[in-house]
Amino acid sequence: MSISTKSLGLHLGLLAVLFVLQFVLPAYHHGNIARIMVLASYAIGFNILFGYTGLLSLGHALFFAAGMYGMGLVVNQFGLPPFSALLVGLLVGGLVALALGLLALRTEGVAFMIVTLMFAQAGYLTVLYFGEYTRGDEGFVIQQAERVMWGIDLSDPTNRYFAALVIFGVSLLVTLKLVQTPFGKVLIAIRENEERARMLGYDVFLHKLAAVVLSGVISAFAGASYGLLFGYVGASFASVQYSIFPLLWVLLGGAGTVLGPFVGTLFMFYLIDLSSGITSAYMLIAGVTLVALTLFAPQGFVGELRKRVWRWLP
Amino acid sequence: MSLLSTRGLSKHFAGLTAVNDVDFDLPEGQIRALIGPNGAGKTTFVSMLCGRVELSSGVVMFEGRDISVLPAHKRIGLGLAYTFQITSVFGNLSVAENVALAARRRVKGAMVAQVVTEALGKVGLADRMEQNAADLSYGHQRLLEIAMGLAQAPKLLILDEPTQGLADSEISDFKALIRDLANSTTILLIEHNMNVVMELADFITVLDFGQVLAEGTPQDIRANAAVQAAYLGTV
Repeated sequence: MSISTKSLGLHLGLLAVLFVLQFVLPAYHHGNIARIMVLASYAIGFNILFGYTGLLSLGHALFFAAGMYGMGLVVNQFGLPPFSALLVGLLVGGLVALALGLLALRTEGVAFMIVTLMFAQAGYLTVLYFGEYTRGDEGFVIQQAERVMWGIDLSDPTNRYFAALVIFGVSLLVTLKLVQTPFGKVLIAIRENEERARMLGYDVFLHKLAAVVLSGVISAFAGASYGLLFGYVGASFASVQYSIFPLLWVLLGGAGTVLGPFVGTLFMFYLIDLSSGITSAYMLIAGVTLVALTLFAPQGFVGELRKRVWRWLP
Repeated sequence: MSLLSTRGLSKHFAGLTAVNDVDFDLPEGQIRALIGPNGAGKTTFVSMLCGRVELSSGVVMFEGRDISVLPAHKRIGLGLAYTFQITSVFGNLSVAENVALAARRRVKGAMVAQVVTEALGKVGLADRMEQNAADLSYGHQRLLEIAMGLAQAPKLLILDEPTQGLADSEISDFKALIRDLANSTTILLIEHNMNVVMELADFITVLDFGQVLAEGTPQDIRANAAVQAAYLGTV
C-alpha cells in the first residue's frame, strides 16, 4: 500500500469514526465534539501557516473573527441567507488576510509575531468601536430562522453535528491534499530553509503570501461556521485569547501534521472540561499538563507518533 | 561572449569593503576557480552574482543582460544555480523531495521523477531517495546539494566550497563528477583544497582583500609570486 493511500485511509478513517460517534455519543459530548470539529478547522487553518510554512502568527483571531463577523453582519443587517453569508465570511477573511499578509510579511520572526498581534488587536478594537452594528462585547445572536440552510435547520444538534463534520472534513482533506502538492512542498521547504528555497528560484514572498491567504480563508471558514452553527457572534472571538488557542492546539497536537490540530483541540477541550469538574483551580491542572507535554512530547501527540512509529504521517 | 561578467562590482558593509571594484569575465563552458585567503570576499562576491547579497555599486551581466537589480529567484530562473558553503538542505524532507524541489522549477509532471532519479544517480545517492535529508551523513548532504544543482540544469553552477568536510575518496568522486558536468555547464568554484583547484580549473581568479590579485591558468597562478605571498605560501 502506497504512503498516500495509507494516509488517505487514515484520515478518511477518522472522519468515519466521527460520523459513527454521532449515533452513540450522549448529548453533552455530542455537542462538544461538534464544537471541537469546528475549532479544529480553525486550528487546521492556523497550522498551514505555522506548522507547514513556519510563520508564527499571533493574530489569527483576526481571520476567525473576520469570517464570523463577515457572515454574521450580512445576516443581521441585510438578512442574507446562510450560504451566501458564509461565502461573504470567506471573502472577508481572504481580503483581510491578503491585506495583512502584504504588510506583515515585510517583517520576519519576532517582528512578524508582533505585527500580526497588533493587527489582531486593531481588529478587536474595531469590533468594539462599531458597537452600533456589532453590539461590542455583548455580541449578537443569529436567530434560529436565519440558520436554516437549504431547508436544513443548523440549530438542530444532529444537523449541526453533521455540518461540523462536513466543515472539518473539507478543511482536513484540503490540507491533506495541499501538503502533497508541489505548492505545499515549497511551503515546507520555506519552513525548513527559506534561503535555500529562494536560491532554488522560488518567489518566497509570493508563496508566503499565498499561505497567509489560504490560512486566513480556512480560519475565516471556521469562524463563519462557528457563528452559524452555534448562533452567536461576539467580540471575545476577536480577542487575543482566540489567537493563542490555535497555537496551543497545534503545538499540543503536533505542528506540521495534518491530524495534529484535531488531536490538540480535542485534548485541550477535554482537559479543561474534565479538570474543571474536579477543582475550581482547573487552569492549574491544565498548566501542569501543558508543561509536562512540552517537556516529554515537544513535537505534540501526532508529531511524536510520526517521529517514533509512523514515519509516513503527512 | 562571456556568460557572466561584472564591472566595478563592490560591496561595502558599514565601512568595511568586502569586495572592491571587481571586473570579472567568465566565458561559457569554463571551470573557473575562485580562490583567496579567508575573508578575501569570495562568498560575498558570488552572493552578489546570484542575488543573495545586494551590491553596493557596479554591474552584473548574465548572457549580455544586466541582472544587477534582479531578485535572487529571478536570477535562478535565468539559469544560475548556487550551492551553499554551509550544508543547506531541507532536513525534514526526503532526499528525493529535496531534489524534486530543485527540478520542478524547470520540468513538470512525470519528468520530475526522471530528473530526480538521474541527478541522484550521478552523485551516488539513488539508494537513499526516501531517507530524510537530515539523516544523511555530512558528506552525503554535500552530494545532495550538488544533486540539487544538477537537477536545475543551470547554465552556470556556482559551488561554494563543495569539498569542505569530504573524505579523500569522496573528493575524487567529486572531481570526476565536476569533469563530467563541465561538458554541459559552466562552473564557478570557490575552493580551498588546492589539489582540487589545480586539477579541475581551466582558469583561476585570486581574490585578496576584496580585489582581484591575479588571474590565469593553474600554471600561471602557481608561478605567481604575489599569489604565493598572499596565499599559497601560507598553506
